[in-house]
Amino acid sequence: MTPIAPTKPRSFLEQVEAGTPGDSRLSMCIQCGTCGGSCPSAEDMDYSPRQIFAMIRADMKDRVLRSNSPWYCVSCYYCTIRCPQEVHITDIMYTLKHMAIEADLYRDSAAPDLSNTFVSYVENNGRSFEFGLATRHYLKHQPLNLVGAAAMGLEMFSKGRMDWRPEKIKQTKQLRAILKRAKAIEASQKMEAVA
Amino acid sequence: MSKYLFYPGCSLQRSARPYLDSLVAIKDDLDIELLEIDDWNCCGATEYISVARLPAYALNGRNLALAANQSNGTSTVVAPCSACYLNLAKTDRYMRIDPDLNASVNDALAAGGLHYDPGTVTVRHLLDIIYHQIGIEAIKRKVVRPLTGLRVAPYYGCMIVRPDYENRFGSPEYPDVLDQVLRALGATVVDFPVKTHCCGGHMTQISPPVAYELIRRLIYAADSYQADILATLCPMCQLNLDAYQDDMNKHFATDYSVPIVYFTQLMGLAFGHEPQELGLGKEMVDPRPALAKVGVAVEGMVSAETTSTKRHSQRRRKDDPSLPMPQPLIKEEDAS
Repeated sequence: MTPIAPTKPRSFLEQVEAGTPGDSRLSMCIQCGTCGGSCPSAEDMDYSPRQIFAMIRADMKDRVLRSNSPWYCVSCYYCTIRCPQEVHITDIMYTLKHMAIEADLYRDSAAPDLSNTFVSYVENNGRSFEFGLATRHYLKHQPLNLVGAAAMGLEMFSKGRMDWRPEKIKQTKQLRAILKRAKAIEASQKMEAVA
Repeated sequence: MSKYLFYPGCSLQRSARPYLDSLVAIKDDLDIELLEIDDWNCCGATEYISVARLPAYALNGRNLALAANQSNGTSTVVAPCSACYLNLAKTDRYMRIDPDLNASVNDALAAGGLHYDPGTVTVRHLLDIIYHQIGIEAIKRKVVRPLTGLRVAPYYGCMIVRPDYENRFGSPEYPDVLDQVLRALGATVVDFPVKTHCCGGHMTQISPPVAYELIRRLIYAADSYQADILATLCPMCQLNLDAYQDDMNKHFATDYSVPIVYFTQLMGLAFGHEPQELGLGKEMVDPRPALAKVGVAVEGMVSAETTSTKRHSQRRRKDDPSLPMPQPLIKEEDAS
């Protein structure tokens, strides 16, 4: 009988690295703080990017995924180009976002909802749909700002910069088949990683 | 005439329609032919990749595969939107350097009867093509209505110059490419230290005060350097700075009015096109006083004399909680 190698569940650091394409270089972080100092929204984050990376190494998965930090990332890539260790910080923030959605830990649902609503329009039509996205989002998350948003929306309509109906690509079936297959592959890869 | 595969992106169909209209108007002047990728889909912006990784890459993989199938004597894809540009370029790059990702994306694409070999097409931003392929000299030769006296703030935003995998723009923090294009049109390009700062991105939707502060920094800088108009090259930047400028003003009790246009619209004006043809007049912040300075009248035009051109440089409020910004050194005669 062949001995079964002892398996250790993957650390949070390993999970984040595996979830980021290419070499994320996350383990190379030297905690210098250049990322947080370069970040336009760091002061509004629960934890600066540097703190997030320290917490990832400390395996504090819940607190990282509960924080608003990845969602307040504006994808400006300042941290990424300034990082002396060339850590792919913006890509890591994307990884943390879908891990947070999956773990369903982030308490304020506005940001994940925006992403999910955007995705549902793309999956159904092949194109994004600003009017639908804005309406659904404001109704649920910023009802008090709905009047102001509607006024802006009307002006956008009157200037031909918004449409009531979504655009649709021709091959929606093909696109859905590709996305369905991609989701299945991703799910099976995660199963393998856990096994 | 050079041919390019063209990926317009969702924004250019509607909210950034003036960007598309102005590009179409000037493509003959630039002697380029744009072949739209047939049945292209959304690039996913920054949202799809937040929800799922592989589907987001497969989404862009489909566009790249369609482009490769359609490449007829050209393998360069031009994207005018910075987010589309980066998403397509990033997918191609990560498929090239991550064999597992490449295999998975192609596995997914096979479900739709498609395949893409990374590196088959090259993805480039419109500004990159205009600067490197068409060139400053060719632009100068086409100018019939120089934008003399128009003070323009050159705004790049983020995703065009960062991460800039191929180093096409020279500097990820203080590039000069757009400045040179605008100067070739005869415009006065103002110093703009925040030229690659963030416009707020999706924060307008998920936490507006965060976005308002980012918008304020840009508008404040443009106003302080006495720019008549701000030129952008990204639909998201244009939308945030133009459509949310009013909300930002309300939030900070300010009254800035900096019109935001696409650089292609300014090129079109300099090349002698009519403002309507370039989609001018669809902005939320009125660009007419600025355009009057170069003798361009948009329908129902107010003359420059009747419009106040007040400046706000010294108008910082005592209870303003934001960080102070250095004041620009502008001589009086410069400003007039």
